[in-house]
Amino acid sequence: MPEPMTAPATKPVDEPGRIDAQGERLAIRGDWTLAHHASLKRQVERLARGREPFVRELDLSPLAALDTAGAVLLMELTGAERLAAIDDWAPELPATRRALLRTLGEAMVDRPAPASPPRRPLREGLARVGQRVEGLYQQQRQLLGFIGLVLATLAATAWRPGRWRLTSVVAQLHQTGLNALPIVALLTFLVGAVVAFLGATVLRDFGATIYTVNLVAFAFLREFGVLLAAILLAGRTASAFTAQLGAMKANEELDAVRTLGLDPVELLVLPRVLAMMLTLPILTFVGMLSGILGGALICALALDISLFQFVAILQRDIPLNHFLVGLAKAPLFAFLVAVIGCLEGFKVSGSAQSVGEHTTSSVVQSIFVVILLDAVAALFFMEMGW
Amino acid sequence: MQTSWPQEACNGEPLIRVRGLCNRFGRHVVHEALDLDLYPGEILGVVGGSGTGKSVLLRSIVGLLRPAEGRIEVFGEDLQRLSPSARSRLERRFGVLFQRGALFTSLTLEENVAVPLIEHAGLPRADAEALARVKLALAGLPAEAACQYPASLSGGMIKRAALARALALDPEVLFLDEPTAGLDPIGAAAFDRLLLTLRDALGLSVFLVTHDLDTLYTACDRVAVLAQKRVLVADRLATVEATDDAWIHDYFHGPRGRAARRAAHPVKEP
Repeated sequence: MPEPMTAPATKPVDEPGRIDAQGERLAIRGDWTLAHHASLKRQVERLARGREPFVRELDLSPLAALDTAGAVLLMELTGAERLAAIDDWAPELPATRRALLRTLGEAMVDRPAPASPPRRPLREGLARVGQRVEGLYQQQRQLLGFIGLVLATLAATAWRPGRWRLTSVVAQLHQTGLNALPIVALLTFLVGAVVAFLGATVLRDFGATIYTVNLVAFAFLREFGVLLAAILLAGRTASAFTAQLGAMKANEELDAVRTLGLDPVELLVLPRVLAMMLTLPILTFVGMLSGILGGALICALALDISLFQFVAILQRDIPLNHFLVGLAKAPLFAFLVAVIGCLEGFKVSGSAQSVGEHTTSSVVQSIFVVILLDAVAALFFMEMGW
Repeated sequence: MQTSWPQEACNGEPLIRVRGLCNRFGRHVVHEALDLDLYPGEILGVVGGSGTGKSVLLRSIVGLLRPAEGRIEVFGEDLQRLSPSARSRLERRFGVLFQRGALFTSLTLEENVAVPLIEHAGLPRADAEALARVKLALAGLPAEAACQYPASLSGGMIKRAALARALALDPEVLFLDEPTAGLDPIGAAAFDRLLLTLRDALGLSVFLVTHDLDTLYTACDRVAVLAQKRVLVADRLATVEATDDAWIHDYFHGPRGRAARRAAHPVKEP
């Protein structure tokens, strides 16, 4: 039966713990608590250094307060086995205190401190480089495999309208498209203004400021409209996909989907991919318009090219194929950004850190892929003369 | 292990005093005019049907939830009215075990337990981790678990590790939210014994939300029943069992309640 307890906080005296050596016998005095851990640890280490600690006789009766931290330090003096047998050598202690020491000793018997593995910096560095390279290769393999899986699932469901997830697609359209419209419009407008300023500054030396119109229109129709929209979606939506699917993976929701006989790719990935492929062309179009508008504003304010003149030059100098070249890239970029976002989400494992790592990876990968493909496409279209 | 807490111990000043607590989520009233005390050195079991707000009560006492009305005093102070630093000092005096463990997933178990030791007790990292390994052993985890991440552990092991973290600073009050749920019966019984040992050795007071009837019979000094938005009764188990209420009767005199009582008092049962 436990005797009534006084809580440690209500103790009248607060005396730091210490060890008094009386010949071979050590008297343990004062408070052996977490608050005095640093000084107690020093004393224990001084005693334990250079000798077998387990043979010392301890006198625990002058001990004032004891918590688990203090008990662990006592264990360093006695060893776990002797602490587990405390009832034999210190029966005068209160039952509760013996219970703590005994429990601790029993828990730590046969449990030596883990040996830290030897460090080999060169080998570890080499191994890390190897792991990174192997990881990069595996990542590309997985991405190609996942693209194949998504396409196969798309082909399988395309002919069965009953399995189209229209509601889901519309919800994703809302989130990835409509909600992104203002930011895409604002950013492309600002970049359009900046491009017009640049053009005006450079072309003024040649007396050709009128060509600022062509510069802005070419840049936005062929490249900037789609590139800016795709990069924004990569930052805004690929990360959201990864975090959503990653949280579902960590919460075993993806496993639940599988055990319910449903296909996570069909249920979760396809609506996101399709919504993105519809969204990005629309956002690209908005981006082109708003970028050209930004350019037109600068032309009107800084170069005295009126809006009518601007539109007239557009009509005269810019053929339709520039617009089509820009727009044609949008669905491809959208597909890759969405697939990368979803795949990284599936790769998340349990921890919060893993969610962060894969979200970073999905944004970096998708922006990289977008810019790389855009460069390749620019070369291709130039060689083709489109 | 049979305990009988001397009744006179309950006459001291309560460590935690809840008076007139009201909790509402929108229009949904969870608690209304709820009173509860936790006395030094006792293990208080809190029971109630699902959705009666046991976890909500725990969260409001530890200050995670601001109550709509009422007063909660912990060690004689109202947490919500303290300055952040005073509140942090007070919060170090209690340990909380959450229902799902709430271990930091990006840290190993040993690092999880070492966090409060490094941050609050100011221990060097090596000492903190050595102490953390002892606490993990005390909670019944094998030595090799210390370097693993929570994601690779079973639910029972996560519970134990979370207990080790709750005990890291040797708190005066321990809040446990369904600690034995998800443990096998052997582990649950060992947990009850561990709880009693720690309470006796460290003078802990324990606020224990549980559905485990065996824990109620073996470990708890008093039992508080949450029903009808308040504490229906909070007293020794024998008194609670005898309370005239349909839910209490079903709870303690159902087949599981009878089995648990037989296991705890083998002689008294005819």
